Amino acid sequence: MDKWRYIAKRLMLAFFTLLMITFVVFFVIQLPPGDFVDSLVTDMVAQGETVTAVDIANLRTMYKVDRPFIVQYTDWLGGIVTGDWGTSFYYNQSVLVKIGETLGATLMISLITLVITYLIAIPIAIYSAKHQYSIGDYAFTFIGFIGMAVPHFLLAILLMYLSYKWTGKPIMGLFPEGGITSWAAFLDFLKRLIIPTIVISMSGTCGLIRSVRAQLLDEQEKPYILCTRAKGVSEKTITYKYEMRAVINPIVSGLGGMISGIFNGSTITAIVLMLPTQGPILLKALQSQDVYLSGGILLISATLVVIGTLISDLLLAVLDPRIKFLEESK
Amino acid sequence: MSIDNLTKNSAPESTDLSEKERKKLEKRRAKQEKYYTSSQWQLMGRKLLKHKLALISFIILALLYMGAIFANFIAPQGLEDFSATYSNAPPSKIHYVHDGKLIGPFVYDLEISYDKFLNKIFLENTEKPYKIDFLVKGSSYKLFGFIKSDLHLFGINNSELPQGKDKINVMIFGADQLGRDLFSRILIGSKVSLTVPLIGTLMSFILAVFIGGISGYYGGFIDTVIQRIIEVISSFPTLPLWMALSAAIPPGISVVKVFVFITLIMSLLSWPGLARTVRSKFLSLKKEDYVMAARLAGVSDAKIIIKHLVPGFMSYLIVSLTLGIPGMILGETSMSFLGLGMRAPATSWGVLLQECQSISNIANCTWKLIPVLFVGLAVLAFNFLGDGLRDAADPYK
Repeated sequence: MDKWRYIAKRLMLAFFTLLMITFVVFFVIQLPPGDFVDSLVTDMVAQGETVTAVDIANLRTMYKVDRPFIVQYTDWLGGIVTGDWGTSFYYNQSVLVKIGETLGATLMISLITLVITYLIAIPIAIYSAKHQYSIGDYAFTFIGFIGMAVPHFLLAILLMYLSYKWTGKPIMGLFPEGGITSWAAFLDFLKRLIIPTIVISMSGTCGLIRSVRAQLLDEQEKPYILCTRAKGVSEKTITYKYEMRAVINPIVSGLGGMISGIFNGSTITAIVLMLPTQGPILLKALQSQDVYLSGGILLISATLVVIGTLISDLLLAVLDPRIKFLEESK
Repeated sequence: MSIDNLTKNSAPESTDLSEKERKKLEKRRAKQEKYYTSSQWQLMGRKLLKHKLALISFIILALLYMGAIFANFIAPQGLEDFSATYSNAPPSKIHYVHDGKLIGPFVYDLEISYDKFLNKIFLENTEKPYKIDFLVKGSSYKLFGFIKSDLHLFGINNSELPQGKDKINVMIFGADQLGRDLFSRILIGSKVSLTVPLIGTLMSFILAVFIGGISGYYGGFIDTVIQRIIEVISSFPTLPLWMALSAAIPPGISVVKVFVFITLIMSLLSWPGLARTVRSKFLSLKKEDYVMAARLAGVSDAKIIIKHLVPGFMSYLIVSLTLGIPGMILGETSMSFLGLGMRAPATSWGVLLQECQSISNIANCTWKLIPVLFVGLAVLAFNFLGDGLRDAADPYK
C-alpha cells in the first residue's frame, strides 16, 4: 500500500515538473528580441522585396505573434496536449513531424550510449576498486580524468580526423546511403555508430567509474564486510552479493542525470558529425528563431530527463526498501 | 608563547640535554602548539601543500591566469593584427645559427609558392635572419584596460623593414586563416575563457547560498516551492538550454555586454546543484545548540545565516565551487565553438576552435588544435585542485 502511495506521489511530482517545464520552455523561446516575422522581413528585404508596415502587421497576425505572452503560452500548451505542436516556420512543416523524423535516431543513439556506458563503467569500476593503486587502476583513473577534461566536440573532431587518416575518408552521418537494406549496409551502419557512441558515452562513463569506485571503496571499509570475510565467505560473493547491492542505489538514482548528460553530449556531437538527430535541427531552429521547433525539441529532451528520473525513482522503490523509510523520515 | 618562555628559563637546569637537542625539542613543541592553535583554514592550507598534484595544478592555474592578466604584453600580436601572407602559416621555425655563426634565436622571412593542386607552400628565405628581440615595439594596447603601451615581451623589430613589405612575424603556434598569430590569440582568448567561469561560479555561489539558505533555514512552503524550481531547472539538459538562452543574446551588442550575458547564463543554470548542497547543510546545522543560543539572544535571521551558518560549511562549498569551474570552461568553449557564445572581434578558446569544424583544416593545419591543450590543461588543473581541496577540507583525517 505504501508503495502505491509512493508511486502516486512520484507521478504527481513528475506531472507538476513537466507543467513547469513547459512554462520555462515557452519563456526561453520567447526571450530573443524580435520574432520570426522580423527575421522573415529582413530576409525579404535582403532579397530586394519591398515590405510595407501593413504587410508586416498582416504577417504578424498570420503567424500569430502579435498577441500577449500568456495567451500565446496557453494556446501553445493546449496545442501540445492535443497533439498540435505548431508549424516550424523554417522547414514549413509540422513541428511534430519534424521532431518525429529525428526522434528515432536520437532515442536509438541515446539508448545505445546508455547501455554501453553501464556495460563499460561498472566492470571497470569494480576492477579498479578491487585492485586499488594497481597499474590498471591508475591507468583507468588517468583515462577517466582525460575523458572528463576533453570537451565532446573536440573528441568528435579528433576521432573524425583519425578515421579520415586511417580509412581515407571521414566517417560522417549515421545511416549509409540508401538505408539499411543489406548485411553490408548494416555493418557500415555499425561502423558509423562507433565514433558517436565513444564520444557521447565518454564523460558519462568516466563519471560513473569515479563514483562507483569511490562507493565500493567506502563500502569495503565497513565492519560487516570484515565480518563476512572473517566468516569465510568468498571474495566473489562479498563483491557481488553484498557490496554491489549498496552500490546499486547511486547507480540507479543517477539515471536522470545520465540521460541529461547524454543529451548534452549528443547535441554538440551530432552537430560536428552531422548525425540525423535533434542537435543540428535545434541549432538551425535557434539561429532562425523558429520558436515552435526549438521549443518542441527542448520540451522533448527535458521530458525524457523527467521520465528517466521517474523511472529511477520507481526502480529505487523496488530495489531499495530503505527508500520508503527515508521518505517518511524526511 | 608562554610555554616557550618557560622552557627557555628553565633550560640551564636540565644539564643532561645538549644544546642541540634542547633546541630541537623546543622547535617540535612550538610546531605542535601551532598545529593545535591554527585555524581551520591554516590546517587546510597545510594539507593542500602536501598534495602534490593539487599544488602543481595550482601553479599551472596561476601561470595561466598570469598569462591572461598580462596577455597583451606577452603576446607578440594584438587582437586586430592580421596578415594575408601568413594565412595558415605553420609554427615558425626558430633558428640559432646563420651562415655558420651563432647569433641567437631568429626566424627567416617566409616565401609563398603554390604546388600543382594550388596548395599554399611556405618556404624560408634564408638570405637574411630576423632576430627575435625582447621588449620590442608593436601594436598598441591597454594593459588592465587603462595603461597604454606598445611594448611586447618578444617579437621582431619591424621598424627597419623597407616600405610596403609585409611585417615579419614570429608565430610559435602557427597562424590561423587570417594570418593571426595563434599564440597571441590563445593568450588574449584566455582572458575570456578563464574569467567567464570564475565570475560565473562566483555569481552562482551567491545565488546558491542565498536561495539554498532561505530554503533550508525557513523550510515549509518556501522550501517546497524552491525545491520544485530547482527540480525543473535541473531537468533540462544544460547544453540545449544554454544554446537556447545564448541565442537570445541580441545581435550587434558590445563585447562587454555579450560577456556579461554569457556569464549570467552560465551562472543561472549552475546554481541549483549547489543550492541543494547548501540547503542540506543548513538543515543539519540549524538544529545545533549554538544556533538556538544565537536566536535566543535575539540575533537577526540574516546575521545568523551569514555569521553562524555559512562559515560552518564554507570549506565544503569552496570544494564544490572549484569542481564546478571545469564544467563552465567546457560550457563556454562549446557555446563559442557553435557560434552562440563570444563573437568577433572578441575571441576565446572556443572561438579559436571554430576553424577546427572542417576536417580539411585539421588535416592540413594540425596546429589549429593547440587551443584544445589549453582547454584540457585548465579543466584538469581545476579538477585536481578541487580533489586536493576536498581531501584538505577534512584536516583531521
